[in-house]
Amino acid sequence: MLSELRTLWEVLKHTFTKAETVQYPEEMPYLAPRYRGRIVLTRDPDGEERCVACNLCAAVCPVDCIALQKDTREDGTWYPEFFRINFSRCIMCGMCEEACPTYAIQLTPDFEMCEYDRQNMVYEKEHLLINGVGKYPDYNFYRVSGMKTASKDKGEALNEARPIDTKSLLP
Amino acid sequence: MSELMPVILALTILIGGVAGAAVLTWFERRLLGVWQDRYGPNRLGPFGIGQVAADMIKLLFKDDWVPPFADRLVFIFAPTAIVVAMMMGFAVVPFAPGMMIIDVNIGLLFFLGMTSLAVYSVLLGGLASNNKYALLGGLRSAAQMVSYEVFMGLSLIGVVMMSGSFSLVDIVEAQTDVWFCFSQILGLFVFIIAGIAESHRLPFDLPEAEHELTAGFHTEYGGMKFAMFMLGEYLGLMLISCMIVTLFFGGWHGPILIGDWLPPFFWFSSKVFVVICFFVLLRAAIPRPRYDQLMSLGWKVMLPITLINILVTGAVLLWMEGMA
Repeated sequence: MLSELRTLWEVLKHTFTKAETVQYPEEMPYLAPRYRGRIVLTRDPDGEERCVACNLCAAVCPVDCIALQKDTREDGTWYPEFFRINFSRCIMCGMCEEACPTYAIQLTPDFEMCEYDRQNMVYEKEHLLINGVGKYPDYNFYRVSGMKTASKDKGEALNEARPIDTKSLLP
Repeated sequence: MSELMPVILALTILIGGVAGAAVLTWFERRLLGVWQDRYGPNRLGPFGIGQVAADMIKLLFKDDWVPPFADRLVFIFAPTAIVVAMMMGFAVVPFAPGMMIIDVNIGLLFFLGMTSLAVYSVLLGGLASNNKYALLGGLRSAAQMVSYEVFMGLSLIGVVMMSGSFSLVDIVEAQTDVWFCFSQILGLFVFIIAGIAESHRLPFDLPEAEHELTAGFHTEYGGMKFAMFMLGEYLGLMLISCMIVTLFFGGWHGPILIGDWLPPFFWFSSKVFVVICFFVLLRAAIPRPRYDQLMSLGWKVMLPITLINILVTGAVLLWMEGMA
């Protein structure tokens, strides 16, 4: 009985507390930078596409909403010929972002992507690609990776040692 | 003019009761919001009052469907019974001196009888739906009625003994100096709990129990007929609040130290408002007891309390008579 009266009193005290509600369309809730919302494809600081079409994101995606096709540029770098995300399937789990070796695919704090037509939920590369570096401003995959391209040879990448000559006995 | 007065008042209560119940649906949700740190319906119109109209339009324009497996006649009759019974209960409520439809010398018994009739509505609704959840809801309602009706009546015996009358006007007049809520504190306590159980309000809404019985007795109801059940429930809430104020909080009299300098109807309605807020607070705070807990609370706690209350009240009254 006393505990019931105490409950009544505790609830009555809430008359003077403010409502927790965020009145959404007028008042935007705070979304942290790491919020998992709409997926984007970012560019490296030089303005080139970061995506190397490795397919890891498509492989790890639990709902199989990512589809892409690899193609090779004339300088030997890889890029996706097409990159398609079906957002009507996407569950915003962020596993693609975790799997991505080049920080290309990133999730952003934006969830307002409703459409009246289901077809409009399928985003092509031109919809996904942004003119920015996203959460990692300085990262450029081809500058740190040991892959040989037209502009640099093996061992010329950042922090990369010269390749070991396996035919020589010298250290 | 004086012959017309009850007719005008009856029409006022009819319209005011329905409008009041409609506004109460909105008011209750807003108040629950205040106590649960949220807003409640606040979009339509000022403070969201337009929600009332929106809900009404939605309920009135819904398909008036009767399930093919239901007992059609009883199914349609059940929701009307609760509204009619609750409306009849308002006939004896003294809102202010002279401002009541009829002052009968058995007003209290009439009120008890009408609220008991309202239970038939729930019972028949559950039975006629021909649905196991509805049947369980009706069954619970029957058991709840049998156990809580007993001491709902008994809890008022103390009031009747002290005022010496079943007429509600006489009961209010007897509270001119001291309200019965002090001397009949046990009776008040039991009557509030029985009143909640009687009007199927939330701590004791076992016939509805939406977590276990989907919607209990009105599982099969929709549209207008569902609206009638809701109307009946809110009318019951208002009626019980009116009766608590009349029987225990001095009716139209002002508070003891402040006096009667404001119009009687103002005191009555403001007190009813506070009691309704208290009922909403109960809904916001207290969880629903289990079914067997409800029954054992009724028979093992409430009934002895009322009997003790009657004994003590009678003894004190006899003692005071001997002193005088």
